[in-house]
Amino acid sequence: MSGKKPVLEIRGLRTQFFLREGIVTALDGIDLTIYENESVGIVGETGCGKSMTAYSILRLVPHPGRITAGSIKYKGSELTTLDPDLMRSVRGTMISMIFQDASTALDPVFKIGSQLGEVISLHQNTYEKGELEKKIVEVLELVRIAAPKEVMRMYPHELSGGMKQRVMIALALSCSPSLLIADEPTTALDVTIQGQILKLLKGLVAKTGSSMMLITHNLGIVAETCDRVCVMYAGRIVEDAETFELFEHPKHPYTAGLLTAFPKLGEKKAELSVIRGTVPDLMNPFKGCPFVDRCDNAMGICSKQRPSRVEVSPGHFVSCHLWSGGESPDGG
Amino acid sequence: MADLVSYVIRKMLLAIPIILLATLIVFLMLYLTPGDPIIALAPPHASVVELDAIRDKYGLNEPAYVQYGLFLWRLVHGDLGISIGAATRNLDVSDLIVQRLPRTLELMGIGLAMSYSIGIPLGIFSALRHNSLGDRGVMVFTLLAYAMPSFWLGILLMLLFAVELGWLDIAGTTGGFGSIILPAMTLGIGNAALTTRMMRSSMLEVIRQDYITQLRSRGLPEREIIYKHALKNAILPVITVIGLDIGWFIGGSVVVETVFSWPGIGMLITTSISNSDFPVVQGCILVLAFFVIAGNLVADILYAYVDPRVRLG
Ligand SMILES: Nc1ncnc2c1ncn2[C@@H]1O[C@H](COP(=O)(O)OP(=O)(O)OP(=O)(O)O)[C@@H](O)[C@H]1O
Ligand code: SF4
Ligand SMILES: [Mg+2]
Repeated sequence: MSGKKPVLEIRGLRTQFFLREGIVTALDGIDLTIYENESVGIVGETGCGKSMTAYSILRLVPHPGRITAGSIKYKGSELTTLDPDLMRSVRGTMISMIFQDASTALDPVFKIGSQLGEVISLHQNTYEKGELEKKIVEVLELVRIAAPKEVMRMYPHELSGGMKQRVMIALALSCSPSLLIADEPTTALDVTIQGQILKLLKGLVAKTGSSMMLITHNLGIVAETCDRVCVMYAGRIVEDAETFELFEHPKHPYTAGLLTAFPKLGEKKAELSVIRGTVPDLMNPFKGCPFVDRCDNAMGICSKQRPSRVEVSPGHFVSCHLWSGGESPDGG
Repeated sequence: MADLVSYVIRKMLLAIPIILLATLIVFLMLYLTPGDPIIALAPPHASVVELDAIRDKYGLNEPAYVQYGLFLWRLVHGDLGISIGAATRNLDVSDLIVQRLPRTLELMGIGLAMSYSIGIPLGIFSALRHNSLGDRGVMVFTLLAYAMPSFWLGILLMLLFAVELGWLDIAGTTGGFGSIILPAMTLGIGNAALTTRMMRSSMLEVIRQDYITQLRSRGLPEREIIYKHALKNAILPVITVIGLDIGWFIGGSVVVETVFSWPGIGMLITTSISNSDFPVVQGCILVLAFFVIAGNLVADILYAYVDPRVRLG
């Protein structure tokens, strides 16, 4: 870990939505580092802030939300305060993103070829028609679209869900970014296509030497695809470690709960919703640990003080009072 | 492309019964309106026998369905009957209409062009500065422009530009370019307001869509995102109502032509009504109804043509 160079370093990131009814704290102090050439998985229940983390990195948090604290550094330069024009040049070229819902993600009135062509012209300086077409066909072949010449001339509504998702990946790849954010790239698809797309993504990332941040509900996908995992809960990262370490030695009660709910490695249908109780309302600020209402190990301090992030073993971080003292709960 | 052709043909076939219905209504108008046009035609103090002879001459003694059949038969041969008005007696109705139609089309064309060239840019401006002072100003303007009755607005414009300032001609009779501006503006302003509002809400809706955020995520210039992608999506619902606007303009042109004495179909209708010149009124209304139906047809076709998502099957 120590020899690797970080591509992205997030510290204390807070993103809030300013609604008429109050302030929603969608992200509350995220710390996350992504190194070169690695795939990091982000897991957590719906609404825990996975997509908001991605939107915050690209500074595309939708209105009325905005980043209110923290720092996001891309290869050492701060993104949160970057000039909008420079930020625009970061998007696509350096960090690009595959969005959660492919069905609404393509402009409905332009043909696939034209949408890809636009991105390729911009990021690869290709304007000559024949050459552009060649590159479009190439990237469509890369994402395993059969008959790319025909698909080029189609409109988004003429494509199936899986095809749209592939086109989305092709669009993100045409930018040749150093960091690819994939927000649930496969949830909308059936299991066989899910597998194909993930394999494709993993292969492409390995081939181009870029890093990937893979957002998912699915622990099976994480186990197969990612080098490291971050577990999110109610706008915070509660535990992060290398994949094998996290699956073998989960430290945070929430992670442990997820893993018991997850029957066996490799099964794809496991979703994260089996732990009792519900997530806290992000509109009401809470002082202590957000998991306290659902935690079997909760102690007095848990509702009073926010647990800090501690490194329990090299590269394994957890935010929980059980570990604040640096010792294991049953060893103390 | 073959899809589009068959779609157009199907839509045209569907328009036929509607046109028939329009002819029936126009035909029945004769029976449903008070007053007997024959009285106007006959010499003063004509006897019942004389009146009957005139009725015979115009075929008015036949049963209604025979009359309707004859009416349709003449219609498909371009024969709209002859005028019975005092000033135009025995002239072909179709000739009278052909004479006036270009003026109405000219007025409507310029009015439509004005309303789009004002409404579309104003709507975009408003949407891009959502909730700003400028946006609110535009909204107030559209509210006023839309709520104002066109005859009243016409009179106001006339007072200001023609009487007070003397910049433009007061009435349409001179026929120069200066004389068409006021009536076209009066006709177009309500639609300009409507177009502004449609364009604004359509644009606001589009710039919230996922694919716009996506385009941003790929680093495309904001200019290109707004004026290429958002605009093309947002303008679709606006252009597809052009056909429906034609119907609106036809109603408006009757009023505006009367206020400005613009020698088009609208004015022909009003003068013919006061002269009890039924064949001319019928003919004019038929022609206008035909334009409304054609407008709707254009709307359907335009929609299918510009929006790739409309299923032609
Ligand atoms: N437009 C908005 N207005 C108010 N709050 C919002 C808005 N968008 C997101 N949030 C808040 O941000 C939180 C995180 O949302 P986010 O989309 O990041 O969740 P997620 O982890 O991606 O969930 P999912 O797995 O369903 O995609 C939500 O719980 C919600 O409270
Ligand atoms: S801090 Fe307390 S409540 Fe939160 S997970 Fe740890 S033990 Fe449970
Ligand atoms: Mg999400």
